Amino acid sequence: MPGITREEVAHLARLSRLELKDEELDHFAGQLDVIIGAVARVADVATEDVPPTSHPLPLTNVMRSDEVHPSLTPQEALSGAPAQEQQRFKVPQILGEE
Amino acid sequence: MTVTELVSYEDALATYDPVMGLEVHVELGTKTKMFCGCSTALGAEPNSQTCPTCLGLPGALPVMNAIGVESAIKIGLALHCEIAEWCRFARKNYFYPDMPKNFQTSQYDEPIAFNGYLDVQLEDGEIFRVDIERAHMEEDTGKSTHVGGATGRIHGASHSLLDYNRAGIPLIEIVTKPIVGAGERAPEVAKAYVAELRELIKALGVSEARMEMGQMRCDVNLSLRLNGVEKFGTRSETKNVNSLRSVERAARYEIQRHAAVLGSGGTIIQETRHFHEEDGSTTAGRIKEEAEDYRYFPEPDLVPVAPARDWVEELRAGLPELPRLRRKRLREEWGISEHEMQSVLNAGVIDLITATIEAGADAASARKWWMGELARRANEESIDPTALPITPTQVARVAELVADGGLNDKLARQVIEGVLAGEGDPDTVVDKRGLKIVSDEGALGTAVDEAIAANAAIADKIRGGKVAAAGALVGAVMKATRGQADAARVRELILERLGAAE
Repeated sequence: MPGITREEVAHLARLSRLELKDEELDHFAGQLDVIIGAVARVADVATEDVPPTSHPLPLTNVMRSDEVHPSLTPQEALSGAPAQEQQRFKVPQILGEE
Repeated sequence: MTVTELVSYEDALATYDPVMGLEVHVELGTKTKMFCGCSTALGAEPNSQTCPTCLGLPGALPVMNAIGVESAIKIGLALHCEIAEWCRFARKNYFYPDMPKNFQTSQYDEPIAFNGYLDVQLEDGEIFRVDIERAHMEEDTGKSTHVGGATGRIHGASHSLLDYNRAGIPLIEIVTKPIVGAGERAPEVAKAYVAELRELIKALGVSEARMEMGQMRCDVNLSLRLNGVEKFGTRSETKNVNSLRSVERAARYEIQRHAAVLGSGGTIIQETRHFHEEDGSTTAGRIKEEAEDYRYFPEPDLVPVAPARDWVEELRAGLPELPRLRRKRLREEWGISEHEMQSVLNAGVIDLITATIEAGADAASARKWWMGELARRANEESIDPTALPITPTQVARVAELVADGGLNDKLARQVIEGVLAGEGDPDTVVDKRGLKIVSDEGALGTAVDEAIAANAAIADKIRGGKVAAAGALVGAVMKATRGQADAARVRELILERLGAAE
């Protein structure tokens, strides 16, 4: 069994930009353990003759020709943005003072 | 920011052996983005070239751009790579607002091209083989503008603004294997590699690869190991170096910096670094994330790419002559040295000279005009020689006029000047400016001599440097010849005879 540690959860939280409290780290460590354990059972079922599958459809090479299609207007593109400025998506400070 | 005392380049190389890895991103010149039909045209207003797919809106599905895939295969083939029979895209997950999806669609362990090489020629003609690890397909990110801080930098900014027009434009990332054995020439090899790769990309016609416009950019990975040691040292990755000169400077700087850190008993931190054009230095960026931190997984929304072998062979058969071999052939045809060819390459006029020769000029004069007058003009105006308002056909015509004896070099320069000034094609300029060599130079010379003799005082002033006084003598000659002489030529003859210069 994987045995997810709270350090690993903290690392994942950092990568995902999530702020987790100490008790949440423990809580999620346990939950993630269960999830990974459940998924791992697939390995018990799969045998040598079952290739790893990432796509359920037997398709390859689905391509389109290099032709321009109309884009959204800037107003439409920005319509769902919580904040905008100068016709651009406005996002909070990316890096804190270092 | 800590200031690093650098070790001299020679001292660094006396102790350490540099190992490099170069990652070059090339923005393809497709009309549309990699996974949607949004235009890639430059200069559009912010966020006017986006759609649900490149904005990562729920339910939108990406579809591969056929030309994007084809371009990737062409690049792979030109780099002598194997082309994958079957490969997938992967999601590279990271949280940064330059990608609205929170992941970049890239390729991970199944690149479309792998195991190749590119032979590059160094300044002295030596050929250095750079092994290619892989070339894979991915997409560009949006453009961030950082607001509220000093000089637009991300540090100290209060917030940032995002334009996603660039997000999703196809990129090919070309990664070398570790470049070992270059020793003190490592920075030169890095520059020569990027230069040759740029020529190759342009020859393939898959991108204009203009570094100053960000269409091609290089990340320089560099580490040092003690001479004689097999194991590589810890590397730094200098990001987004976007000129050939900067590639060389960045490698050189990092060699000196690493040597300083290691020499004083310190350790190199595996991190990304920013290059500064002003002084050629680098400064620390973020601590490099491990590959596993990106939590790559196969992109479920895109089906695998399985390029048919006959398609690959068709593309291979259609590859153009490789730039280095073409330069070698042209160099022999033109009868010039390696060094001269290098100058022609650096001036960016190979294709222009070739076209001028095709239009009828001989190699020597085609090269003379493009490398002399025209390269100088392009340089003065800081434009690409191809942007000069004169065509190879026009230059060939000027060369022809000189060869026929209708013009001398001096007059030919004036013709070129006229063409550049928009006065028309060479023959029109010749007519308008009256630039034919005066056939009866003898008669003209006599008239000039007589005018000088008759106006000794003015002639003395001109001898003394008062060139403006020449007008009076020109007038005298024009009068004597009843206006049929070429005034400009008369003026030249007067100044020539009196040893004065303009």
